[in-house]
Amino acid sequence: MTNSFVDFAKAKMIFVIGSNMTEAHPVAASFVKQAVLAGAPLFVADPRRTALADMAELHIPIRVGSDVAFLNGLMNVIVTEDLYDKAYVESRCSGFEELKAKVLEYPPERAAEISGVSAETIRDVARRLASVKPVMLMYTLGITEHTCGVNNVLSCANLQMLLGNVGFECGGVNPLRGQNNVQGACDMGALPNVFPGYQRVDNAEARAKFEKAWGVTSLSDKPGMMIPQMLEGLPSGKIKAFYIFGENLANTEPDIRHVEHCLESAEFIVCHDIFPTETTRFAHVIFPAAAWSENDGTFSNSERRISRVRTASPPPGAAKPNWWIFREIARRMGHKWPSKSAREIWDNEVSALAPSMAGVKYNRIRGNGLQWPVPHEEHPGTPTLHRDRFTSGLGMLVPVDWTPPAEVADSQYPLVLSTGRRLYHYHTRTQTGRAAGLNDLLGEETADISPLDAAALGIAHGEMIRVASRRGEVKVRANVSDRIPEGVVWMAFHFREACANWLTNPAFDPVSQTAEYKACAVRIEKT
Amino acid sequence: MSGATFVLNGRSVPFKLGQFILDAARDNGIQIPTLCYLKGLSPSGACRICLVEVKGARSLMAACSTPVAPEMDVATDSPRVHEARRLNTELLLSAGRHDCLLCEANGDCGLQELAYRYKVDGSFFPRNEDVYPVEDINPFIVRDFSRCILCGRCVQACNQLVVNRAISHGYRGKDSKIVTGGDNPYHQSDCVFCGQCVEVCPTGALTEKKMRGLGRPWETKRIRTTCPYCGVGCQMWLHVKDDRIVKVTAVEGAAPNDGRLCVKGRFGYDFIYSEERLKTPLIRENGQFREASWDEALNLVASKFTEVIEKHGPDAIAGVSCARSINEDSYQMQKLFRAVFKTNNIDHCART
Repeated sequence: MTNSFVDFAKAKMIFVIGSNMTEAHPVAASFVKQAVLAGAPLFVADPRRTALADMAELHIPIRVGSDVAFLNGLMNVIVTEDLYDKAYVESRCSGFEELKAKVLEYPPERAAEISGVSAETIRDVARRLASVKPVMLMYTLGITEHTCGVNNVLSCANLQMLLGNVGFECGGVNPLRGQNNVQGACDMGALPNVFPGYQRVDNAEARAKFEKAWGVTSLSDKPGMMIPQMLEGLPSGKIKAFYIFGENLANTEPDIRHVEHCLESAEFIVCHDIFPTETTRFAHVIFPAAAWSENDGTFSNSERRISRVRTASPPPGAAKPNWWIFREIARRMGHKWPSKSAREIWDNEVSALAPSMAGVKYNRIRGNGLQWPVPHEEHPGTPTLHRDRFTSGLGMLVPVDWTPPAEVADSQYPLVLSTGRRLYHYHTRTQTGRAAGLNDLLGEETADISPLDAAALGIAHGEMIRVASRRGEVKVRANVSDRIPEGVVWMAFHFREACANWLTNPAFDPVSQTAEYKACAVRIEKT
Repeated sequence: MSGATFVLNGRSVPFKLGQFILDAARDNGIQIPTLCYLKGLSPSGACRICLVEVKGARSLMAACSTPVAPEMDVATDSPRVHEARRLNTELLLSAGRHDCLLCEANGDCGLQELAYRYKVDGSFFPRNEDVYPVEDINPFIVRDFSRCILCGRCVQACNQLVVNRAISHGYRGKDSKIVTGGDNPYHQSDCVFCGQCVEVCPTGALTEKKMRGLGRPWETKRIRTTCPYCGVGCQMWLHVKDDRIVKVTAVEGAAPNDGRLCVKGRFGYDFIYSEERLKTPLIRENGQFREASWDEALNLVASKFTEVIEKHGPDAIAGVSCARSINEDSYQMQKLFRAVFKTNNIDHCART
């Protein structure tokens, strides 16, 4: 996020797109709802009428996968009606003429046709977003989990820059990260193209720095593979050994049948986990790991805040901290690593090597932690990014075109399946499924469908139905809900038997390699 | 108006214009006891425990909801105040079954503290036995109406803080009750089990079912940590007894969550004690997993990786890190891949 959670409750106007915050980020949602109580108008763009939409000034039910068209439509109005922040765009952004030319191709009538939202609504929302400064924009995976995910993100950034809303408290572009430490895993360089602190592997200077620090030579300058390519590399034989640390790929990746075929064909798989999972079934070696409250360390949240994690109890049996396991493998391959605790790893390595975290030391993060960038040890942290100038200089306005999802409804599969999370469970339930009580509140998956589709097919609420896509089919209970628009089926991936990923489409954004979990074609029928 | 003063227990002290007596007194080092007051939310003045004497006023005033005026003369602990608090505490005690023996709030109860402080035991008035039955049917929260003093903190927290709007004041007079829509039990209402009502309840009316009988407040130590679920990164206290987490509460006033948690953060901690935990390294042999020592398993993995690198090159290894685990773990894994294996084939579910 460019901004901080503390801004949410104070925001003057909020635009939420592709985020079911009350279920996936309930505490963040509480701040948004408080802002509404304090008088801030809230706009929620989402195909479903989410609980947050109930509190909105306006719920904008865009069609699944139409985000760019809708956002370009808003920007068309903002440009043609001269509502954009000229001074901001001129002094702080580049690429305005190109963006203008592109959004002019999306008059509200065209955007309306694609998004299913009326042209009047698009005009109205655009004018209202331009009437207050700053507007705070939040999004979640409804934006990113598309084959056009990167373009969706660029569109959100375009809109906020055009309105002059980036670089201020209570403004900005704010993606809510799905997992507790997905921000941190990125920051630490668990990515194929960057070292810790986003220093590129194809930069010779960066490599020289890490070679020196790690006491090694010839670090690879070739960016590595992303998860989909790794999985494909298993049956093709390109990948001989696959190391899976704390991920349940057999449930979380799209098209489970195909993913399991990939895992099955692997020559050698190592897993770290705290539980046996659907994925560890394919392992050749499983290491038992210490869990969350069994080791000391740090998490980094969506607002780049580095906070402490502390030990409450020892791990069971012979389970060990993950960092220790990696260190032992390195040692057995001839590398002696000096850091002997999470604290030493952070203080002596991470903060010494990542300039944006140079000022973060364990003795400074006792209380509320610090938000990077923290360039030196007297620095208080950075709650708002791009304050006086963009980190990269000028904010780049990047024109993007709308593209439909890779798979759209047709006569054979006439409905669109969209997926996500529900309040009472988390991902594949390895944790929440074993916490007493949560299964009592939500014990099985449902296929959420609209009353219109249910009536057309004679499906009653609570009836078992079959949901089928080109990848597979599941039997699941129908949840007939007027929060779902006609033509859409909505499911989560918490329960193995009726996991949405038996159905989802392994089509990926060409740049980010994010799967299109939010859109594929399905049909439903009575069982 | 920064020079404004009022008289607090005979002393002239400064206050900020618009401040209530309670906050101004706290700023000047005087603690006035409260039950219903919730910092940051509009005062309700419901419990009448924070009564103070204001010179010239006909009756005692609720400090939480009476604004200070310049030169106002306030006594926070006069005999009249003392007597009123004593009487009000007696009334609150008589309104239900406030027996502390089995109460989970014992030792962490605002009413118990007042009883102790004002030396009352609830025997002055006849006890009201006509109370609503205990609701003990959902998995997380026990609602014991006999311990409810109708202070309304839960209603305020639910409506103004987490804005879930699941509960409100219901019925009237002696039938008053905190209710969900339609007075249904929590699990059949709009309640989303964030537990904020439990967090703010000053008595044993709302308690956590999961920790029943597992420990008294004075037996547990509190450890501050960060929630293991979504990307908000809520700050929480782990209440730990004998190496076991028995309860989780929010860290008040801390960033980013400012005293709130959700259902997963508050109640989803006990997976770590599941019997299904992996406890020893496992090696697959003939399609079955067998237990192995760390040395054997680590040596096997190290030799297999060495062999793959020799035969097929480092890029024949790929790895996925964990977005749930600590930063230091991800750092170590990418270091292993880059510095030891010499490949950049390291990724995690960054985009999902």
